[in-house]
Amino acid sequence: MNILHDERLDGVLPMPDRTALLHKLNIRLPDLHVLHRKEELKPYECDGLAAYRTTPLLVILPETLEQVQVIMQTCNELKVPVVARGAGTGLSGGALPLEQGVLLVMAKFNRILEVNPEGRFARVQPGVRNLAISEASAMHSLYYAPDPSSQIACSIGGNVAENAGGVHCLKYGLTVHNLISVDIITVEGEFMTLGSDALDSPGFDLMALFTGSEGMLGIVVEVKVKLLPKPQVARVLMASFDDVEKAGLAVGNIIAAGIIPGGLEMMDNLAIRAAEDFIHAGYPVEAEAILLCELDGVESDVDEESARVQEVLQQSGATAVQTAKDEAERQRFWAGRKNAFPAVGRISPDYYCMDGTIPRRELPGVLKGIAELSERYDLRVANVFHAGDGNMHPLILFDADVPGGLEKAEALGGQILELCVKVGGSITGEHGVGREKINQMCSQFNDDELELFHAVKAAFDPDRLLNPGKNIPTLHRCAEFGAMHIHHGELPFPELERF
Amino acid sequence: MSAANPQTDQQTHHRPGERPVSQTEAALLEQVCEALHEATPLQIQGGNSKHFLGRKTQGEVLDITAHQGVVSYDPTELVITVRAGTSMQQLETLLAEQGQILGCEPPHLGDNATVGGMVATGLSGPRRPWSGSVRDFVLGTKVITGHGKLLRFGGEVMKNVAGYDLSRLMAGSFGCLGILTEVSMKVLPKPRNEYHLSIPCNQAEALQKLSLWGQQPLPITAACHYQEQLYLRLEGGEASVKNFADSLQGQEIDPEFWTQLREQQLAFFQDSRPLWRLSLPANAPQLNLEGDSLIDWGGAQRWLKTDQPEAALREAAENAGGHATCYTPDITDQPLHPLQPLLIRYHQQLKAQLDPKGIFNPGRMYSDY
Repeated sequence: MNILHDERLDGVLPMPDRTALLHKLNIRLPDLHVLHRKEELKPYECDGLAAYRTTPLLVILPETLEQVQVIMQTCNELKVPVVARGAGTGLSGGALPLEQGVLLVMAKFNRILEVNPEGRFARVQPGVRNLAISEASAMHSLYYAPDPSSQIACSIGGNVAENAGGVHCLKYGLTVHNLISVDIITVEGEFMTLGSDALDSPGFDLMALFTGSEGMLGIVVEVKVKLLPKPQVARVLMASFDDVEKAGLAVGNIIAAGIIPGGLEMMDNLAIRAAEDFIHAGYPVEAEAILLCELDGVESDVDEESARVQEVLQQSGATAVQTAKDEAERQRFWAGRKNAFPAVGRISPDYYCMDGTIPRRELPGVLKGIAELSERYDLRVANVFHAGDGNMHPLILFDADVPGGLEKAEALGGQILELCVKVGGSITGEHGVGREKINQMCSQFNDDELELFHAVKAAFDPDRLLNPGKNIPTLHRCAEFGAMHIHHGELPFPELERF
Repeated sequence: MSAANPQTDQQTHHRPGERPVSQTEAALLEQVCEALHEATPLQIQGGNSKHFLGRKTQGEVLDITAHQGVVSYDPTELVITVRAGTSMQQLETLLAEQGQILGCEPPHLGDNATVGGMVATGLSGPRRPWSGSVRDFVLGTKVITGHGKLLRFGGEVMKNVAGYDLSRLMAGSFGCLGILTEVSMKVLPKPRNEYHLSIPCNQAEALQKLSLWGQQPLPITAACHYQEQLYLRLEGGEASVKNFADSLQGQEIDPEFWTQLREQQLAFFQDSRPLWRLSLPANAPQLNLEGDSLIDWGGAQRWLKTDQPEAALREAAENAGGHATCYTPDITDQPLHPLQPLLIRYHQQLKAQLDPKGIFNPGRMYSDY
């Protein structure tokens, strides 16, 4: 089932009059930066999910709040769909454009408006890069906690839209836990603030609802984030295991010992080898699995906890436990993990990254299931895992130049996500649904639940103009998805394009 | 491509059907369907411990307390799933046996407080600024909707961004968007060491100290100021708690203080004047409003016993970047802070979509929905 917008399955989109739209925008906002020539539109055809491309109707790069308001008013009047985009690093096609829609690129909203150490917050425009917030706060020994691996490039507006995570979520939470308020422009071009400067605000928690809503309820135009005091020290332990299951149990044992590590990551043998070849992090290439456990806080507490974790790891059957001896080695240990994706990219022409979450206790069974699927599809899978919070990133290795290669990888990926749902997990922990997992939403939610999601959408965007077709599938799509038969793990007639 | 063998190896994609319904859930569902049919407004009720909050409503009482019990609890997953009618006391006792706590430290405000009421009111205790709110710890819910369906949102995993986050939306919605029947919460290990102390200082000094400390990684997990004393709870590793405690040279206090604060049992709360809660940025200056005041949440929650008119309190709270809630019944027709017109419109539209017949606690939060 192709994931590009299909009006038969995803709902009919309005057919906007491009000339009329350009004309109206030109009269109302003569200074507005609009891209409309074919070669200008090309770079915006996709986001981080580069396998899927659509040329947008227009690309608009507003610079002011007033411009965004007028753009939304105009698009609402003319019934033109609007897809918002930040830095375009998203991995699920959440900012995949529509041929019949405007791509609203928020990249010019790139100013840090305020860093307030007394109030421990930063007020930033949505195009500000995630890492730039921590850099701007560093002089006050403060930082912004959520750290998606794309943090060097991804923007905070996109982080809000996707409820982005990272390697420190178990202890410091997701984006939703680190927001104070979010300013929104509605589909009608009105301005509203969700949340407040206080720790709560009256009424429904619309800020929580909008976080992770993938640009389908409103446009983020300003974000106030919480800043935390930088931990005094961070120390990382690396444990090797001759068995993945033992490594999984060790994670539970650490938590049972009352310790919440700042980061707790697992990699399997294929991922270890790929990372070691690429980064030379000092990983044990013979190990079946490694755990990286980072402890942070006040020095004396970290000392105390390191000793306890060391003990737990040994009792859990680690074949070796190594503590990074200095900051350089700590950085190297992390570099291997943080570069696991590109490292895998070096050993395979293409890779496809999954994002399922599972209750941690299900890890051994799910890894076994993935290994079986990998064999059945004859595609290698490297496993990288935010072990602390149950977020798996299986990387499926494939070759897009082989006919049907991508489709096969996607079919395997879909099966892995269905496996996650079956054991009580979710199809996406931090990358979002976008277009990529639109079919798998049908595995996680029943029709009534999907209907309720559509009802929420209708409360804020009755004409379905904001990022239509993303995140929530139509019941029609799910009916066809459910009826698609799988044979030996593959769809029939894989050479045919689906829908 | 492998050959298909439809006889032996054919399956369709998994599509979830109706969610499993327990007996007590079925009873609640039946009552809701009846109410939907008759368009009878319902007053959703757990232990009735927080009935005094919000506006008074009319309607048939829907008692959820029979739907109680722990569905699953695995301490190493840091997740517990309980039915909404489960008593808070039972839940916290069970967690304590495993050395775990609810990070939001929710107030019970009565003996029979239930999990459903905790989530519906979204009230958090002294630990809130350091650890998070009820909303922050909600991972998943089962909800009876205004369409008469029992649905499941979120789940038992820490990270889950599939679909809209309806579970967190339920927190603090006073039952106006649906009836919670089950809640999955993230739980935390109880900190290893604790020390409780007070130091003498006035309110302005206390706010200044708290602002300064807030910028440093210190083991504070509760901070309250009342009557020229700053009360602190320190929790964490042995050395960090000890080092900071030593540097403060305060007077050790009974940890029961925090329970009394959370449950509004301190002498401050016995004053006969109306009780107002001002939720402000932690670094907002001293407000100098007439009446007796107590600071919690390190400055972000300020309680006021005062006869000041409602308008003056709301204005002061707004000017300081926050909002005011009246906790004493019958003082005002609108105890929760009024919303901006645009927000009211979206609240109404959301309510109309999720509860089209308007049967769930209508008017409990605002007269508009």
